[in-house]
Amino acid sequence: MANDMQVGISTSADIVTARQRGRELASELGFSGSDLTVLATAISEVARNIIEHAKEGEVILEPTHNGSKQGILIIASDRGPGIPDVDRALQDGYSSGKGLGLGLPGAKRLMDEFKVVSEVGKGTTVTMKKWVR
Amino acid sequence: MRVPILKQHSYLIASIQSALTDDDLLQLRDDLVAQIGRFRSRGAIVDVTALDVMDSFAVRTLRGVAHMIRLRGAQTVIVGIQPEVAFSMVQLGLTLEEVATALDLEEGLAYLDDQPKSNGRHGE
Repeated sequence: MANDMQVGISTSADIVTARQRGRELASELGFSGSDLTVLATAISEVARNIIEHAKEGEVILEPTHNGSKQGILIIASDRGPGIPDVDRALQDGYSSGKGLGLGLPGAKRLMDEFKVVSEVGKGTTVTMKKWVR
Repeated sequence: MRVPILKQHSYLIASIQSALTDDDLLQLRDDLVAQIGRFRSRGAIVDVTALDVMDSFAVRTLRGVAHMIRLRGAQTVIVGIQPEVAFSMVQLGLTLEEVATALDLEEGLAYLDDQPKSNGRHGE
């Protein structure tokens, strides 16, 4: 689709770019008000997760739909060390990085759908969706 | 982008103008903590009105700023958290804990004016 966007993530400025692009796309898709901020915040968390754990990766932003529901699909992927225990990484307070331990579990709370696929030594892919209300 | 820090009487006012990267936030922290001593300021206001996102890193950094400034014997107030940002912070589970907040710059200045002068400066 023409609206697809891919943002390479390797510096903290890229985190800002990713969340700004995400906000723009979400606005075009009909999200408004606090949902735009919620989405930008979730993108910020998963993008930072890439830098902290894998040094570099990418965030893909694209429109999605489910029947008549319009939404946004965000895929954050890296080829970093991977997460040995995904369930544990999704618990509040668990962190191996510099954050508050709220990165992934926090982003999960902000989104409607959230899935983490990770393989040790291969990398991590976070797929998340939010629907226009 | 470096955040400008204005000195007004015995206070410092850091007025964030645009989206900040993690590096910008760390620079702001270092600048504020240094200038509190240089200008012998009693308080610092961080105006986040222009921030459209306060994620876990921003909140952690601002909490650190407030804690460091308290260790330097002064007070910090965060002002201007937008309603959408407050909503996201609560959903994300982020709190500023014991850090003072105020609606806007005016309220922030009033808060600092209300603080006892000897606060945190034992032995003065």
